[in-house]
Amino acid sequence: MAKVVERVGDSFADRIYVPAILAGLKITTRHFFRNLFGQKETVTIAYPEVKIPYSPRWRGQHRLLKRDDGEPRCVACFMCSTACPADCIHIVAGEHDDQGREKFPVRFEIDELRCIYCGMCEEACPCDAIRMDTGLHAAPVYNREAAWVRKDQLLARNGRDYAVRADAEGPPCAVSSK
Amino acid sequence: MSELLIETEDGDLDSAPMNLQMGPSHPAMHGTIKMRLKLDGEIVQRSDIEVGYLHRGFEKSCESVTWTQVLPYTDRLNYVSPLCNNVGYCMAVEKLIGVTATERCQYIRTIMAETSRIGDHLTCVGASAMELGAFTAFLYAIEAREELWRLTEAVTGARLTHSYCRIGGLKDDLPLDFEASYRVVEKKVRSLIYDIRALLDTNRIFLDRMKDIGCISAERALSLGFTGPCLRSTGHDYDVRKYAPYMIYDRLDFEVPVGVKGDNYDRYLVRLEEVDQSLRMIDQCFKQIPAGPINVDDGRLVLPAKDEVYHSIEGTIAHFKLIMDGIKVPPGEVYSYTEAGNGELGFYLISTGEGRPYKCRVRPPCWALMQGVAEMVEGYQIADIVPTFGSINMIGGECDR
Repeated sequence: MAKVVERVGDSFADRIYVPAILAGLKITTRHFFRNLFGQKETVTIAYPEVKIPYSPRWRGQHRLLKRDDGEPRCVACFMCSTACPADCIHIVAGEHDDQGREKFPVRFEIDELRCIYCGMCEEACPCDAIRMDTGLHAAPVYNREAAWVRKDQLLARNGRDYAVRADAEGPPCAVSSK
Repeated sequence: MSELLIETEDGDLDSAPMNLQMGPSHPAMHGTIKMRLKLDGEIVQRSDIEVGYLHRGFEKSCESVTWTQVLPYTDRLNYVSPLCNNVGYCMAVEKLIGVTATERCQYIRTIMAETSRIGDHLTCVGASAMELGAFTAFLYAIEAREELWRLTEAVTGARLTHSYCRIGGLKDDLPLDFEASYRVVEKKVRSLIYDIRALLDTNRIFLDRMKDIGCISAERALSLGFTGPCLRSTGHDYDVRKYAPYMIYDRLDFEVPVGVKGDNYDRYLVRLEEVDQSLRMIDQCFKQIPAGPINVDDGRLVLPAKDEVYHSIEGTIAHFKLIMDGIKVPPGEVYSYTEAGNGELGFYLISTGEGRPYKCRVRPPCWALMQGVAEMVEGYQIADIVPTFGSINMIGGECDR
């Protein structure tokens, strides 16, 4: 069951160190030339000119989705702010003029400094109104105010062009009520 | 000054012991830790370890959030292998509830936890090598880890703070092309590990700093509560995956690497050998993994499918209830332990039947390891602290919680 590891390095060749230097140089030289000439194999990239594409599931900053009529899909049910472990989503609900709509978020604000990008808000949303598929990093800001993202900013953000949830055809609230 | 110099019998000048504060912000004291050293020249006479600089109140914080919301906290315990912690925590809660994750879920959890473990060991080996001046080996280790992290990102959606497991299942299934992309990564990781070993294994500079330094006996290690690679390096073969197999580890064929002397070199070798074993385990998982659901079929634990939430009132109600009240874990207490990157990671949970943990105590492997550090550095030179402490792989987030 147990496998005893093999301790090496006590031979005369190892003690005089020269073979180890040569063996080491061989490896580093191989890597050096591979990085120099093998365009595909190069480990480093010229960031920020070149960026490694994120995987489709990568969670970036949030965005709010819109209905067909351009208004937010969000129905201000507070599920995301309830599920949020970092307590970073702040919603003020308002009554909508349209009787079919009932509620909508008057204010919807996310404190991106508190956000831990765990994705629980996405998971908790019952009408696919919040997503984290913008591909945006947590950006450095000069003051705290700038990290406080408001509803219109969240609505203006665009997602990357693949569906996050392929399992559902979309919530009913995505369709205009009129 | 003059009274500090004592002339010894053989005419040498000897000095009174010097007290040195090493850390908490010292490049070699990763994860902010302080050592108070009493030095006789270069030799460490006595050392006093001060931990707790990274204490965030993990256990207390857990008491004010729902059982699911604890998951992001567990990511930040051992932040080098977060998936092992995710799995450990979810298994503890599931044990308390009395459910078992589905077959497919267990395989996916194993694959992800082993991937995470490889990353953990590579970071440890690479960082310890770097601290001894072998910067190339560090770069190769980090290159391999980067590949693994990109793979994990494709599955979990984050590079470091994954929050991937859920109580009763997982956040998502594996992506369709996962095995194909894993094979590419595996090839790279294997070749990089080969290079790291070729650079370090027989390199005299590395060996002179690692061999017979920081020794600890199996008996002493056991009595201090050592687990994981540090215990195994002393020759004891305790591995939770073998001694108390959880998930599907009893179906996997793997060996537990053990060392001989319990010195730094053994710890280095055991870690690299474990990486090999982990790769072997993942291979077997891919052969055995069945199709099927990833979440248990229990509406009290798992959020309903989005389709149900969008289109049925029952689904919506279940969804709202589960998020507002949290998972109702029956009253009771449980200790559940898994093998994390550094050893036995235990969760001792108490539930009073409300939606929140009453107590969530973590048994971090590093905490026990830290108790042995003092005697592992005493009697050696001050420069030997660096490889010894590096090979222990103390992770502040886990040790100090």
